[in-house]
Amino acid sequence: MNTVKQARIDRGRRRFLIASGIVGGGLAVGAWWFYRERDRLGAPPALVAADGERIFNAWIKIGDDGRILVQVPRQEMGQGVSTALPMLVAEELDADFADVHYEQAPIAPVYGNATMLADGVPFRPDDHGWVAELVRHTQFKAGQLLGLQATGGSTSVRDAFEPMRRAGATARAMLVTAAARRLGVAESELEVAASRVTHAPSRRSLSFAELAAEAAALPMPDDVALKPRERFTLLGTPRPRLDVPAKVDGSAHYGIDARPPGLVYAAIAQCPVFGGTVKHYEGGDVAEWPGVRAIVELPATRTSAAAVAVVADHYWQAKKALEAIPIEWHGGAHAAHDTGEQKARYAALLDDDPGRVYDAAGDSAAAFAAAARTLEADYHAPYLAHATMEPMNCTTLIRADGSGEVWVGNQAPTLVRWITAEVAGVDSERVTVHTPYLGGGFGRRGEMDVVMQAALIAERLRDTPIQLVWSREEDMRHDLYRPMASARLRAAIDADGALAGVEIKSVGQSAVTELTRRLLPAMASDLMKDKTMSEGLFDLPYAFANRTVSHVRTHEAVPVGFWRSVGHSMNAFFAEGFVDEIAHTLGQDPFEFRRAALGHAPRHRRVLEVAAERAGWGGPLDGGRGRGIALAESFHAVVAQVAEVRVADEAITVERVVCAIDCGFALNPDIVRAQVESAIIFGLSAALHGEISVRNGRVEQGNFPDYRMVGLASTPRIEVHIVESGLEHLGGVGEPGTPPLAPAVANAVFAACGKRLRELPLRV
Amino acid sequence: MTTLTVNGQQHDVEADGDTPLLWVLRDHLGLTGTKFGCGIAACGACTVLVDGAATRSCVLPLAACAGKSVTTIEGLADGGELHPVQQAWIEHQVPQCGYCQSGMILATVALLADTPRPSEAEIGARITNICRCGTYPRVLRAIRAVSGVDPTAA
Repeated sequence: MNTVKQARIDRGRRRFLIASGIVGGGLAVGAWWFYRERDRLGAPPALVAADGERIFNAWIKIGDDGRILVQVPRQEMGQGVSTALPMLVAEELDADFADVHYEQAPIAPVYGNATMLADGVPFRPDDHGWVAELVRHTQFKAGQLLGLQATGGSTSVRDAFEPMRRAGATARAMLVTAAARRLGVAESELEVAASRVTHAPSRRSLSFAELAAEAAALPMPDDVALKPRERFTLLGTPRPRLDVPAKVDGSAHYGIDARPPGLVYAAIAQCPVFGGTVKHYEGGDVAEWPGVRAIVELPATRTSAAAVAVVADHYWQAKKALEAIPIEWHGGAHAAHDTGEQKARYAALLDDDPGRVYDAAGDSAAAFAAAARTLEADYHAPYLAHATMEPMNCTTLIRADGSGEVWVGNQAPTLVRWITAEVAGVDSERVTVHTPYLGGGFGRRGEMDVVMQAALIAERLRDTPIQLVWSREEDMRHDLYRPMASARLRAAIDADGALAGVEIKSVGQSAVTELTRRLLPAMASDLMKDKTMSEGLFDLPYAFANRTVSHVRTHEAVPVGFWRSVGHSMNAFFAEGFVDEIAHTLGQDPFEFRRAALGHAPRHRRVLEVAAERAGWGGPLDGGRGRGIALAESFHAVVAQVAEVRVADEAITVERVVCAIDCGFALNPDIVRAQVESAIIFGLSAALHGEISVRNGRVEQGNFPDYRMVGLASTPRIEVHIVESGLEHLGGVGEPGTPPLAPAVANAVFAACGKRLRELPLRV
Repeated sequence: MTTLTVNGQQHDVEADGDTPLLWVLRDHLGLTGTKFGCGIAACGACTVLVDGAATRSCVLPLAACAGKSVTTIEGLADGGELHPVQQAWIEHQVPQCGYCQSGMILATVALLADTPRPSEAEIGARITNICRCGTYPRVLRAIRAVSGVDPTAA
């Protein structure tokens, strides 16, 4: 790297590199002494107050008009964070929730998501040994240092739960102090409710609006007490979402709706073969077409594919012009890639490659050696696209002086700023990122490919904001896919007919390593275990003695990323399908078999029982119908589902899904229900239809007719039952509803027609 | 130049006749509430009302809209009063990411205009919009509520 290039490594990226080094190198020992919870309170310089607004801390501004503006550092993609996180603040502030508004927080380290990193360590969730706890703690503290603002891993509420409640309590204390001084009374005589501080003995009260200026100027109190669960009045109630009104009248803005003055539009054709390049294109007279501003060839970068883009005054002009340009591609090394061949290779790897051990207990080899009989099954899941309803798009302005502005629905604004600044050749602090509502995320919008491409185009057209919009076909053919995976599961059954040992081996790519390679190639390594590849297998909650769980990592042409519930999305299908097979082989009821294996895990057992009971497990069903049950713990939530299906004419109809979820505490039960319904339908589309296949290096699917979705007519009746086990078990809710769906349906198909389905999508 | 009426206002649009109505609304008229989802009339995110009929605007050329009356999500409310379907959407907390909801709401408005009390089968046949967040159970509940059927009935 030359010195000029070196100088471009700006502060933001340097911090990222240093902190990443800490994560990898364990240098953080001691670092956490400097980071206590209240260090997540101080308002960063990036948080600015408009006229009449008072900044209390990083999370709260109160206006002289009484509006309480809560800074939400996570991105709203439908999961409800723009309501749930303000509720955390409002509870401790004792605010009238009608006064509370959501603002997208600026980019600053204080808003970093530390929990996402802490969750990435390869330890079973029930491992509370000192090594696991130390590594988790170190990762969390490193995450705070890193300050990466990102939304993923169902972590938003868990990460915000402490600091945002503390922010509310701290601001409340300042308002009380200000009121006590104004009224000349002791703080202990004051009460706070509905955005007012009241002195009952003298029947005087002051609104937050009246106190804001004075209170915000006070020093932040050092320590405030947070409410215990039983004193919550707002948290735990089904408050209507703050974002819903704008989403029914067309006023909600998404990235694709950005309309900065002077905006022009870009359409793009990316090399249809992964890793290929542009060989030749013939612009011809297209450059002279009405409205056309530029034809731009984009090189492949570490995050994005080689492409040709056309920029025009209107999107339709750009799209038509692009279609008129003949483009020849170099397929490169992957021009023959075929997912059918890949699947066969994976089967061979299951035969030949021992993989790396992720979990071992007892002596599984001995159990199999002594087994009276063994059960063995191979399972398989395909690549999947995210197919967010809002196709990938990014609007970028790079000014003549290199400063920039980006409007993009994204799950990681810190990275958006860093990537754009890198292309513009400026410090990342000189790039402003606007994060409007996301038209779906599901993990796709943490990727920076479209951001990189928009920056490359904007860099060529300085001072002109450009909006790059991918067609649906580009979106589907250039995703970072849910990995294809195969697994071999084996069970040893002893002479008494009891389960004596389990061996599970899976094979697939690492989303973590590939994402790291896209962002920080120097840090990407196969040395680190990627927990997400084996999650849902190595951390099974059942008390299975003598088990070995291993994983074989592969590298493929098809890029992979994070897809709602990540490794759990396929691993739960493998594990819970096979657990069902074990139960049937042992002649036991699948529900009873699981329950017996969860004797040590009361949360899991209760969730399983609630789902079974509400579904009428064991009750009669009409002909051709069957019930299937599955359980999965993911993102610290435990979910059990019972699916009822009808199999007729070689078609599977899912008629009913009963779900129980324990996420510890449902801070907005209606949002939790909505997320679980959503996750079930997301899982159902994948279970019944989802498959991305590759032939000759090209994705075969391109749009919704060949990458089908469940619609209203095929949506089953869904019942969601929330089981609470307390704040200490707080878990995520955006993703955990997805993993059990596919195995519950597959197990129900077996119950209905005796056919065991071991491959997704499910076909009878 | 093509003349059409959008949300009660007449517009003369200067764009090629093959430009889909979707892009005319979004890029020429600044009405971004109508969304681009698939470009082939497969997902319904771009649904608007053309002379009252639910129409997927991503494949409807501007030339075919001459003299027509178009209603988009921005024009659905009657002054300050939300349309009953919009109100039901709030009441039943339908939207999640919200991107497909303009189309979903307008498809529902068209359905209820000619079938005020649709059966579940009729709803399924007419509301074919794709929602990746899976808001369908709530869409169904909201439609039942606005058509006077007990929304909680199974």
